[in-house]
Amino acid sequence: MSKNTLFLKTVTELKDLFHKGEVKALEITQSFLERIKETNPTLNSFITVCEKEALLQAENIDLKFSKKEKLGNLAAIPLGIKDILTLSGVRTTCGSKILENFVPYYDATVIEKLKKEDAIFLGKLNMDEFAMGSSNENSYFGSVKNPWDLDYVPGGSSGGSAAALAAFQCSASLGTDTGGSIRLPASYCGVVGLKPTYGRVSRFGLVAFASSLDQIGPFTRTVRDCALISEVMCGHDPKDSTSSERSTPSFLKSLGKSIKGLKIGLPQEYFQEGLNKEVQKSVHNSLKILESQGAYLEEVSLPHTQYGIATYYLIATSEASSNLARFDGVRYGYRSPNSKNAIDLYFKSRGEGFGSEVKRRIMLGTFALSAGYYDAYYKKAGQVRTLIKKDFEDVFKKVDLIVTPTAADVAFKLGEKIQDPLQMYLTDVYTTSLNLAGLPGLSLPCGFSSKGLPIGLQMISPWFEEERIFEAAFLLESELKLFQKGFNIKV
Amino acid sequence: MKYEAVIGLEVHAQLKTKQKIFCSCSTLFNKPQNQNTCPVCTGMPGVLPVLNKEAVQRGLKAALALNCKINKKSIFARKNYFYPDLPKGYQISQYNLPLAQDGYLEIESDDNIKKIRIHRLHLEEDAGKNIHCGEESRLNFNRAGVPLAEIVTEPDFRGALEAATYVRELRSILQYLDVCDGNMEEGSLRCDANISLRPKGQKEFGVKTEVKNMNSFKFIERAISYEIERQTEILEEGGRVIQETRLWDSSKGKTLPMRSKEEAHDYRYFPEPDLRPLLVDDVWIEKVKSSIPELHPEKKARFISQYGLPAYDADILTLSKDLADYFESCTKEVQDPKMVSNWMMTELLRELKDKNQSIQNCSVSWNALAELLNLVKKGTISGKVGKDVFKEMMKRGVSASSLIEEQGLKQVDDKEFLVSAIHQVLKENPKELEKYRGGQEKLFGFFVGQVMKLTKGQANPKAVNELLRAKLKE
Repeated sequence: MSKNTLFLKTVTELKDLFHKGEVKALEITQSFLERIKETNPTLNSFITVCEKEALLQAENIDLKFSKKEKLGNLAAIPLGIKDILTLSGVRTTCGSKILENFVPYYDATVIEKLKKEDAIFLGKLNMDEFAMGSSNENSYFGSVKNPWDLDYVPGGSSGGSAAALAAFQCSASLGTDTGGSIRLPASYCGVVGLKPTYGRVSRFGLVAFASSLDQIGPFTRTVRDCALISEVMCGHDPKDSTSSERSTPSFLKSLGKSIKGLKIGLPQEYFQEGLNKEVQKSVHNSLKILESQGAYLEEVSLPHTQYGIATYYLIATSEASSNLARFDGVRYGYRSPNSKNAIDLYFKSRGEGFGSEVKRRIMLGTFALSAGYYDAYYKKAGQVRTLIKKDFEDVFKKVDLIVTPTAADVAFKLGEKIQDPLQMYLTDVYTTSLNLAGLPGLSLPCGFSSKGLPIGLQMISPWFEEERIFEAAFLLESELKLFQKGFNIKV
Repeated sequence: MKYEAVIGLEVHAQLKTKQKIFCSCSTLFNKPQNQNTCPVCTGMPGVLPVLNKEAVQRGLKAALALNCKINKKSIFARKNYFYPDLPKGYQISQYNLPLAQDGYLEIESDDNIKKIRIHRLHLEEDAGKNIHCGEESRLNFNRAGVPLAEIVTEPDFRGALEAATYVRELRSILQYLDVCDGNMEEGSLRCDANISLRPKGQKEFGVKTEVKNMNSFKFIERAISYEIERQTEILEEGGRVIQETRLWDSSKGKTLPMRSKEEAHDYRYFPEPDLRPLLVDDVWIEKVKSSIPELHPEKKARFISQYGLPAYDADILTLSKDLADYFESCTKEVQDPKMVSNWMMTELLRELKDKNQSIQNCSVSWNALAELLNLVKKGTISGKVGKDVFKEMMKRGVSASSLIEEQGLKQVDDKEFLVSAIHQVLKENPKELEKYRGGQEKLFGFFVGQVMKLTKGQANPKAVNELLRAKLKE
């Protein structure tokens, strides 16, 4: 096999080839690094490429293989990492000027787990600054292009993670999802993206945006790859008090299971006006397939859906205003050279270091937590959050799985919404409620628009029951047979 | 008009744990700058706090000893403000639901027992330290993340002395419980006071000021007295007290304004999303309860009844558990509580004060003192020689018996030796002898003194008395 095309393989295929001894880790890694070199100037999906480190990792793995030493479950699998997760010794920028040169000396727990399985880290992926955005246009390191059409956004905030994977620059990638930041770009770029249940994956080493909403998850080309990598990432971590102590089931075992009798809920609030006709058609087509596989469809209601966005933007910004206070230019990160005293140092370092969307959200959150406003905003948002969670609890008494579009529309053009924050915020209308409730959600490619842009479908299971998602997603993916279309990208 | 002071206290007590409250860094004092730090306590990106159970256990112990109600579910909250020594830009503390609330502590005030109500006790982390050197400012984060218990009283004090007494009593309890070392100079016990005045008889509170930086009992008393006087003057001149935070300046003996109400922070408290609610069950509470030792008030009462000590002595000897333990161990050996108490109250405490030592690192251990006192009791040496021996023991840390051996200080009651000494004294003082015989019997003491002097204090005074009396009757 020519190594030129190794980058086109899925994780599962690469794993197989490597374990059979048919390809070396070094060949795989080189193939991806060349692909990155070739396409990154166009896409701008990587902020930092760890060429030397990746090649060294690959050589070590090959050496171990030749000595027949035991290798991990993801040996030789080249991954891209969203630049909000700490990888020891490599700068972690969060897409911000304020952390442009920050190099952590500790690994995120997910990175530690992936290292243990001998995965290879190709580099750090572009993103909206501090994960704040839906289009990846808020990065200090520039916008990322959608590989399906370079005039379009890849979605955000994990835009680099989705675009890099869709463009075959890595075999899988990691992103984070606070209000849809994995699912939306997965939908816009035509790849699989999972936000696990809150608490499933340790947040240690994830630079916090909104601590009670943030979750790390994988981007993959197939559902099988997603199950494989998720199994490695999940599990309790004593370094994260909010990580769950539940054991991780085998997601791979869910693949191929029948969904006969599975009750699927279709929340009416997610299928109303504003939903693009082509998106609606694709989702309905998928639902028919699921029905033909023995699932029952049932219309359900999540009555507090309309408050999701407002609630989300109050809670997320409040937490962010506090989480981002540590970037003060005192101990690390950008420090303004123009400051005359301590107060000045704060104002100027933060003023010059943060981008405008980050500043907007810090101000919003600071306001929502202020004396005299706390009850009306933060506290009220917390109460509505409870109601939204209860909506889901009620619905899951009746159905096993919920299916919705991931987004109301396909990707939009670069620059189209950047001047209108409210329009931008509304792109997350189908995704934020899950973060507020802590629920898992997966976005699966389910079709294409007439312009050839990917459409995503979202599957939601009850808390800690991701297996149900994997069962249904795997079946749907096999029936849709969209995989080959993934090669039609424009780069 | 007559004014009444209304005072409430906030005490921050550093909890004696091996590790910090949210990471595993050491809490040891006096380490090289920034040695006790890690990504968590320096607020690096992406790291998370994990609650140290040991800190909770210490907090619980203090709360139970202060008769508080324990909240089985308490919540950590973020207190947001910017300061260079605050690495995360917020302090993890407790706000709406503290670990414990509604307790009390009894203190003595004007010979009465007064109940001071404890409003709440909550856990939080300490900040680091700014060090200003000339044009530069440096930061030391060794203290950042050290566990603190904040103990807040109701506004139950009416005077400076009461407040100081409370802090003294509180410190003693915390030390007894081994939850805080109570060192006010090193900052492991810090106290702030809220002070207001109101016309006597009025129910509503006046405008208060908060006074900070009182790092000794003496300063607590002085600062509060000063502040009461200052506010009285303002009110008597028809002025108004401004709500503000003031700093006690011990060199000037004054409180000075620090920031006004308008400049006060809006801390924007909200529940800490990185930590789950803290749950404490009955089993844990009972376990901690059973580990609480006899505390100062009970011990003091027992010392009075069991050992027959005067109240004043019992109070002082039981203020610290170490001192009380010293007394009890020593008394067991010597079997004379009053003697041990007297020696401790005078010799030992004075020497400790002079040498700036504490009872823990005192160079004379309780069994060394017991040996010395038993030698005095047996008459091997006189009490007077004993006191000199004690001073020498403090200086050199050697035992009483070896000192007596070395310097030949053993008390002498050899009859022949004493009789010859008496002879010599009477011979050298013919005038006094004449006067004595002439009826001035007071001079008896003079002769005894001369004999003691001649024998360098080694003569057994009792034997000298007998022999001298016999000799003079001849």
